[in-house]
Amino acid sequence: MSVATAFQTIGPYWHLIEHPEEADLTRFGATGEALTLVGRIIDGARAPVADACVELWQASPEAGPHFPGWGRARTDANGEYRFTTVKPGPVPGRGNTLQAPHFALNLFARGVLTRLYTRAYFQGEALNATDPLLNLVDDPQRRASLIAKPEGAAVWRMDIVLQGEGETVFIEV
Amino acid sequence: MNDPLLFRPAQPGTQPDNNSPQYRSTGARHPKQPLLAWPHTVTEATGPQFTPAQFAPIVDLSMSGGKLAMGERIIVRGRVTDEDDRPVANTMIEVWQANAAGRYNHPGDQHDAALDPNFTGEGRVFTDADGWYQYVTIKPGAYPWGNHANAWRPNHIHYSLFGAGFATRLITQMYFPGDPLLALDPIFHTVPDAAARERLISKFDLDITKPDWALGYRFDVVLRGRLATPMEG
Repeated sequence: MSVATAFQTIGPYWHLIEHPEEADLTRFGATGEALTLVGRIIDGARAPVADACVELWQASPEAGPHFPGWGRARTDANGEYRFTTVKPGPVPGRGNTLQAPHFALNLFARGVLTRLYTRAYFQGEALNATDPLLNLVDDPQRRASLIAKPEGAAVWRMDIVLQGEGETVFIEV
Repeated sequence: MNDPLLFRPAQPGTQPDNNSPQYRSTGARHPKQPLLAWPHTVTEATGPQFTPAQFAPIVDLSMSGGKLAMGERIIVRGRVTDEDDRPVANTMIEVWQANAAGRYNHPGDQHDAALDPNFTGEGRVFTDADGWYQYVTIKPGAYPWGNHANAWRPNHIHYSLFGAGFATRLITQMYFPGDPLLALDPIFHTVPDAAARERLISKFDLDITKPDWALGYRFDVVLRGRLATPMEG
C-alpha cells in the first residue's frame, strides 16, 4: 500500500490554468432550470479573498456530453465568484436517505494548504428539513451558512466566511 | 442503491494543516471551527471526467508558437496510482509554473525578473491506461516571496489532479532534488512527515533523460484509495 501525496497550496498564480468559460456549466448545451450562483468570500480579517479558485461539482443532473457537472471560477478583487449552471435535483444519501439539492464547492487559495469543502443548498427547499448533512448542524447560524439565498430571478447567493464570526461550515472529505 | 465505498482518511502527519503559522497567509484563511464529520455520499464519491476532446492537451511547455523558451529544457515523467497501487488511467493533470527566471506569466507577479514571450507556463496532460504521464517544459527558477525576510520559494511545478471522485481531488507541488531552498521553505515544511515531504521531490532519472536533448525527472503521484469495506460513519 502507498500513502496519498501531500497537498500543497494552489498559490496566487493558479490563474495560469484558468479558462473563464469553465465557470459556465451550460456551455455545452445543457438543458434544465438555468441559474446563476454568486458569492463573496471573506477571510478572518473580513477582507475579500481576491485570489481564490472555487470549484463546483454537482452529482445531479448526471454529467454527460452536454453537461460537465464541474466548473471553476476565480474570485475578483471584491472576493466575488460566479457560476452559470442548471439547478441540481435531490440525490441519494447513505442508507435509505435522500439529500436535498445542493452544490459541492471546493475552495483553494494562497494561504489554504489543502482545500476547503462546503455545500450550497437552496433556501426554501422542502427537502432541506430532512437532509442528512444539514441535520448534523444544530446551530441555526452555522446551518444557514450552508444555504444559498435567492437574489432576484434565478440568481442565488452563497457567501463564504473562511474564519471568525459567521464562519462557514466546512466539511470533512 | 449501494452506498459508495469511503475514501481512506489521510495517514497521520502526511497532509499539511491549514493552520500553519510559519506560512503567514494561513493566518486569516484557516477555519477555526472543526470540520463537519461526514461519510462520503454520491456527491463526494463521484467527480468530473475530463476528455482530451474537451480539454486539449498541452504537452510541450518549452516552446510557444514554434519558438523556444529560454532556460533548461526538461522532461517530466511519472505514474499516477491510488493508495492500493492501482494505476489511475485517463485522468487529467494540470501543471503550471514560473519561467526559468523565476517569474510567472501573471499580472500579479511583479518580481523584477524577465518575462519570456515564448513561455506561458501552462500544461495539461492525461495519463495513459497504465497511469503514466509525460510532458516537456523548462526548469522553473526560484523566486522571492514576502513571507519573511529573504524568503525564496524552491524551484517547483504546481500540479492539479482529479482522480475518480470529488474526494480524490489533489493540488500539490513538485520539487527538484538537491535544492538548498527546500530546507528553508515554510510551505514545503507544512507537511509534518519527513517521508511525505520527500515524496514531493522529483528524482533525476537517466532513463527519462533524452541524449543530446533534455534531462529527465521522475515524479509519481498517489491519489486516495477506497476503504475495502463499507463503514457507516
